Amino acid sequence: MVTATVNKIIPFSCVDGPGNRTAVFLQGCNFDCKYCHNPETIHSCVNCGACVPYCKPQALRMEQGKVRYDMEKCVLCDECFHHCPHGASPRTREMTAEQVMVQVRKNMPFIRGITVSGGECTLWRDFLAELLTLAKAEGLGTLLDSNGSHDFSGDPGLMAVTDGVMLDVKAWSRQDHLAVTGRDNETVLRNLCWLAENRKLTEVRTVIVPDLFDCTETVEAVSRILSETGSTATRYKIIRFRPMGVREAYKSLPAPTGEQLSRLRDIAESYGLQDVVTV
Amino acid sequence: MKRVLTPEMIEQMRSEIYDTLTDSTTSHEQKVTYLARKAENFLTVLDEPEGLDELMRCDIDTRCICNLFEGDAPYRPRYICIDFPKFLREGSAFLQLGPARDFSEALTNLMIMYHNIPSITNYPVFIGDLDELLDPFIKDLSDDEVKKALRLWLTTVDRTILDSFCHANIGPKASRLGYLLLEVEGELENAVPNLTMRVARDTPDEFILAGIKCALRSAKPSFANDAMFRSELGDDYCIASCYNGLYEGGGSYTLSRLILSNIAKRAKNIEDFEKNVLPWVMDVMARYMDERIRFLVEESGWFTTSFLATEGFVRRDKFSAMFGLVGLAECVNLLLEKEGCHERFGHSEKANQLGVEIMNIIEAFNNNHYNPYCEATDNHFLLHAQVGIDSDHDCSPGTRIPIGEEPDELVDHLKVINLFHKYFPSGTGDIFPVDLTVHQNPQYVLDIIRGGLGMDIRYLSFYSSDSDVIRVTGYLVKRSEMEKLDAGQNVRQNTTGLGLGAAKNCKILDRRVR
Repeated sequence: MVTATVNKIIPFSCVDGPGNRTAVFLQGCNFDCKYCHNPETIHSCVNCGACVPYCKPQALRMEQGKVRYDMEKCVLCDECFHHCPHGASPRTREMTAEQVMVQVRKNMPFIRGITVSGGECTLWRDFLAELLTLAKAEGLGTLLDSNGSHDFSGDPGLMAVTDGVMLDVKAWSRQDHLAVTGRDNETVLRNLCWLAENRKLTEVRTVIVPDLFDCTETVEAVSRILSETGSTATRYKIIRFRPMGVREAYKSLPAPTGEQLSRLRDIAESYGLQDVVTV
Repeated sequence: MKRVLTPEMIEQMRSEIYDTLTDSTTSHEQKVTYLARKAENFLTVLDEPEGLDELMRCDIDTRCICNLFEGDAPYRPRYICIDFPKFLREGSAFLQLGPARDFSEALTNLMIMYHNIPSITNYPVFIGDLDELLDPFIKDLSDDEVKKALRLWLTTVDRTILDSFCHANIGPKASRLGYLLLEVEGELENAVPNLTMRVARDTPDEFILAGIKCALRSAKPSFANDAMFRSELGDDYCIASCYNGLYEGGGSYTLSRLILSNIAKRAKNIEDFEKNVLPWVMDVMARYMDERIRFLVEESGWFTTSFLATEGFVRRDKFSAMFGLVGLAECVNLLLEKEGCHERFGHSEKANQLGVEIMNIIEAFNNNHYNPYCEATDNHFLLHAQVGIDSDHDCSPGTRIPIGEEPDELVDHLKVINLFHKYFPSGTGDIFPVDLTVHQNPQYVLDIIRGGLGMDIRYLSFYSSDSDVIRVTGYLVKRSEMEKLDAGQNVRQNTTGLGLGAAKNCKILDRRVR
């Protein structure tokens, strides 16, 4: 079995898709969003050991050139990744899909499914396919939380075990998307249409940062696509930018006002969307 | 052995009566109730078991048995759950009411009946399966008409039944009345009545979700495992007072409780507790309950004179009694400390297993104790995880994990609960404040309820961490009313005072939000 670097597993989550789900967060992301709320999940640990001296409860130590992490001692103070020069976290585990499922099964029968998130979960495509296959065998639902950089239409094997994707649409124009994430969005937008048409689109999210990209254009275009594909019942989550967890350089990005958010909601609803949530 | 009142005790009681009637924070109705209780306590009619004074009438830190203010001469059952379908069908000669013929008559007749049902607090603790009772009457009425009537009627219930031990039931079947009732209760945000939705496998998700949405606004309904109650009590069970499973058309004569945390203080070690101290205290409490029941049934005359009994709205042989307990968590922790172990209840396999071991001893004792008047439940009492009272200190309700020590993960919390709910047909439950409003995901709670049905989880309550109505231990109060009382003003409901005490002593505002 292949392994993935697992950042954390949240046994019960009420914010990662409908119902109660176990959320599995995989390490590593191919986007570099300025407003990223958990930048420590972007890169992988290079075992430089810079974090070790900052760990007061001594849950971290260097051993044969590797950073070792002792979950029992950890107090989740987050000092390690705040001092990481590489945008990574030492608090990760290499796990097989079966090892993750052992953790997931402990939460049954209280969960309806799992959601795999990140980082960007599709960077671990083969692991993902194994994990979702095991989850399906337990009768659990399977959702992916993705930035949309993986071409889902070209991966029928993965889609066969995926109930739905919760897709981030960070910005509509290529230019804006480059500014927000450092990557273009051709695949993201193709995925938006393809997932909607194939009834695999569970939710779309856009984080609103007024000065960073054209939020109105983005919300309007996403709403239009949802409307045109007959996906008006799909939830569209319009999320207020919050500085919590964001890197110092971008913490001061301005958050939208309540008025701006409700204007965006009105736009989405004007396209007939029935489940617009602003948070 | 009959109790003897000394002149000093009588002087003390006179002074308490004076304090009660001059208390500026209690309303007139509350004073009348408290004064009646004090009058009752001048009687010494019970033949009490030896050891009761030592175990019950003593300092609060050493008290091992508590009769929950029942008074020393029981003259009505503690909890009465009348056969409301029969009442609506037939009317009552005593109340000079005929059968209810339409929705207005049904609502009015019920309200009249409520006024005539006694209990330990003098207010009814069970007011019916409202959906089943009322749904047949609304066929020709529009939703708006029904909601308007329900709004007025439920407001009357809240303003005239002055404590929130008053409990209504709905489910497990969905009905139009059930949906409308949940809609109105969500709007009203009243503390009374308490409400339970019985949930079965075939209860539609939509109906449970309507209940959850109501609960996130008004802290009710709670959700009961219908199959579990039915397997123990049969089809005519109801949920009364805080969360007590009893027979409709019957009830509970009495409820006393073991204060396990204090019983553990008397023991040298685990073995002494299990072999000597606990059995002795259980024996005294059971014989005390037997005597209370004997007096109530054989001497008080209630069952031969009350119209509720003579007209058949309750039957004596559908009554049982509740053998209660509190403080299992603190009991386990203290016993382990006495053995030099510092593992904690709710967090360690060893501590949880000691809890199970103690519960097995209590269950076995109860199954071996015979009471002639509890035929309904095979001549045994029903175990009850009592929700605590405002003066409890370092003593958690029933088998609950202490507030402030809840496991980090809700799933671990639920697994502990799952070990203990099965012991308590006459009620137990756990309460979770949740923060879901912004995420609009009531299905989260639905999944937890459904999960519980497949396990041994009996009864769950949820409320939104930011709502005005909150669940204290079993009953509901409004934060806004507690604040008024705290500022020295009169408030309508007795339970507001209990809630305020619990907020101060039992940290109920500090539960871990899920």
